[in-house]
Amino acid sequence: MKTIEELLGEHQFFQKLSRSDIDLLAGCGRNQIARAGEYLAHEGASAEAFYVIRTGTLALEMQAPGYANLTVETLGPGQVVGWSWLFPPYRWVFDVRAVEDSRLVAMDGVCLRSKAEADPALGYRLMKVCAEEMNARLRSTRFQVLDIYGAKKKAS
Amino acid sequence: MNATGSLTIRNRGGQPLCEPMLPIAYRVKSFQAETHDIFTMNLVPSDASTKIPRFFPGQFNMIYAFGAGEVPISISGDPGRAGDCIHTIRAVGQTTALLQKLKPGADVGIRGPYGRPWPVDKAQGKDLVLIAGGIGLAPLRPALYHALGNRLQYGRIVLLFGTRTSRDILFANELAEWGRRKDMQVLITVDAGDANWKGRVGVVPKLISEARFDPLHSVAMICGPEIMMRYTIPELTGLGMSEDRIFVTMERSMKCGIGFCGHCQYGGVFVCKDGPVFSYDEVGAVFLRKEF
Amino acid sequence: MNRFEASDLGKLLSSIESAGYRLVGPRVYNQAVVYDEIRGLNDLPRGWTDEQGPGFYRIKKTDSRAYFGYSSSPRTWKESLFKSRERLFSSTKTKNGSIQFTREPVEAPKVAFIGVRACDVVAIAIQDRIFIEPRIQDPAYQARRENALIVAVQCTSSSPTCFCASMNTGPEVRGGYDLALTEIVSEREHYFLIQENSAEGERVLALFERSGHLNDGIEEYRACARPVFEEVARTQKRRMDLTGVRKLLNNNFEHPRWENVAARCLNCTNCTLVCPTCFCATVEDTADLGNSTAERWRRWDSCFTLDHSYIHGGSVRYTGKSRYRQWMTHKLSTWWDQFGTTGCVGCGRCITWCPVGIDITEEAEAIAKNENN
Repeated sequence: MKTIEELLGEHQFFQKLSRSDIDLLAGCGRNQIARAGEYLAHEGASAEAFYVIRTGTLALEMQAPGYANLTVETLGPGQVVGWSWLFPPYRWVFDVRAVEDSRLVAMDGVCLRSKAEADPALGYRLMKVCAEEMNARLRSTRFQVLDIYGAKKKAS
Repeated sequence: MNATGSLTIRNRGGQPLCEPMLPIAYRVKSFQAETHDIFTMNLVPSDASTKIPRFFPGQFNMIYAFGAGEVPISISGDPGRAGDCIHTIRAVGQTTALLQKLKPGADVGIRGPYGRPWPVDKAQGKDLVLIAGGIGLAPLRPALYHALGNRLQYGRIVLLFGTRTSRDILFANELAEWGRRKDMQVLITVDAGDANWKGRVGVVPKLISEARFDPLHSVAMICGPEIMMRYTIPELTGLGMSEDRIFVTMERSMKCGIGFCGHCQYGGVFVCKDGPVFSYDEVGAVFLRKEF
Repeated sequence: MNRFEASDLGKLLSSIESAGYRLVGPRVYNQAVVYDEIRGLNDLPRGWTDEQGPGFYRIKKTDSRAYFGYSSSPRTWKESLFKSRERLFSSTKTKNGSIQFTREPVEAPKVAFIGVRACDVVAIAIQDRIFIEPRIQDPAYQARRENALIVAVQCTSSSPTCFCASMNTGPEVRGGYDLALTEIVSEREHYFLIQENSAEGERVLALFERSGHLNDGIEEYRACARPVFEEVARTQKRRMDLTGVRKLLNNNFEHPRWENVAARCLNCTNCTLVCPTCFCATVEDTADLGNSTAERWRRWDSCFTLDHSYIHGGSVRYTGKSRYRQWMTHKLSTWWDQFGTTGCVGCGRCITWCPVGIDITEEAEAIAKNENN
């Protein structure tokens, strides 16, 4: 049975953090299993967690009149879900649902925020890896938005 | 004797042989709609005594729609099977829209096969990573057929496919079949989800982290919109793949397919005869040039 | 090397005709010296000369006795080999959809090109590499090329727009011709030097020898012709760095000069029309109203059109700047990668016939002067 420290240490998102940082942050994490179809978060609910995906797939979804579940993006092993714990008003922007049975490490947002406030240097290092991941996500999203497979738009 | 010293070979009427701009009549044997705007045509020579020339994966034919024009279309069938001349076409313009209306029994003109093929030989003994975006799966399919037909010559085989929505998934039945195979990995994603789609949503390069291949002993073949190739390549080189083992396919305006009309120039090369397949180390220096 | 008196020029033309050739050569037409069918001596532009500069061309009658006293023509020899419009095939379609393709018979009469300047001789050789290369040949071009007799007339003067010397294509011919003439005219003398360079050239020369008077000309060549060629080469003002420009243009894709020339270039396609090596073509497929007979025609095209780089949705080169850059870079740089030679022969036509006088040598110099690192 692996410890949280070990699980995080193996995970792609935490690669850039040092052993001691991971040990410190691991205190905010606990194992969680999500069954296929289970909702981990609802749009508008208070966001106090982010999910580290070990196995399985989570989907970011939206519900709106005329759309049942609109999947915005799916995320899999090695990826993480949830930034809203970082920014006020700390509310989920999308629904998060497990597409299949998934093993996760759920990280407590309040716990992480207080450790970051107490140790700004650790906080800065944590913020850096979050920012890098968000940057990659933004890039991907922009490419999604370009709709490159759609009917070509005239260049001029 | 002309200035280059070669003799023109003439037929009995004294006419020079081989007019490379003259099509051969082919008949539509079968026609199948793949998605709302993509269809597949299986062609045979209208004159039954004509043999279909052998083709290599990645090559294309110039297909002539009577009175309208010609378009370059990749051959999407199995290069190991004689007797088929298969093209998968997206109806985007006037000529392809006309081809879409053809019924079995109608004729088209064919010139080809032309072009430099996918280097399936170079990939022997290595893992093969095929990355397709949208209709780009069609020119890659012959390479996959070849690899599966010569399975022992390759290491692991991975197919990554992305398209706009689940309605645009090409060769859905085959993708499912390939996905069930134990000797290859298939990952599919769409840019925009919908109510019926239970699979991955996101851009194609995201699939790379899940793909099982050895970046130091692989060959990657990428086919799709230029933007897609541009954001896929850094994900591969970031893993340590060398540029001479990453292959892309370029697309430019073509009027002849044989290097005469000048339209498909891409810097110092002609996409029709020096391509359409290029290794990334051949074109990398100019790949990001705008309006090139 | 032989010589004959100018009074025998008519006999030379007759000999060429009796060898089976129609004559295409220079004549005055529509205020220009053009290359067209000529019937004999009287059609030649005797006494005429031309004045050229950027965006400027005039012809002028002088009292010189010279038959070939002009420099170049807005016309090129590619019009005879790589025709501006050509039907490639015709086809018919029955009601049940089956198509019959009929190949277009090749018309390749024997034609003598009279008055091919050294730059144009090289231009023909450059186009040979495009249309008659080992793998695929254009049969119509190849047949016409085989039946062409190239009678060069070397330049004893050049226009301000010429830069053949720095392009290593002239003023003296080096090869690629059947016969080469040099016209020497002075107060007291008027004669031609003639040199053969092929089996066919020898055959025609032998025919001429029977009717005309051929003397040895090597002394006159050394004393009169060669010094003139050297003087012409030395005094050409416009220059191009033949080998340096290849790398220069490849390395300066984003140079600010492209914006500068784009502000002047009208994308009128004149330069590609008059350039003797430009080969871009497009294909026109047409059908009759009943859609039962169709034809495919090939016609000249230009990379300056928006259409040239159009692929579903838009053109790759959608600004005038990118199109001028494409033309110049192709001509002087990427042509090397494609065909192993430069694409420019230094004839200067693009400078003369540009309505705003854009000068390809000046553009190259401007880029070289403040090159990007």
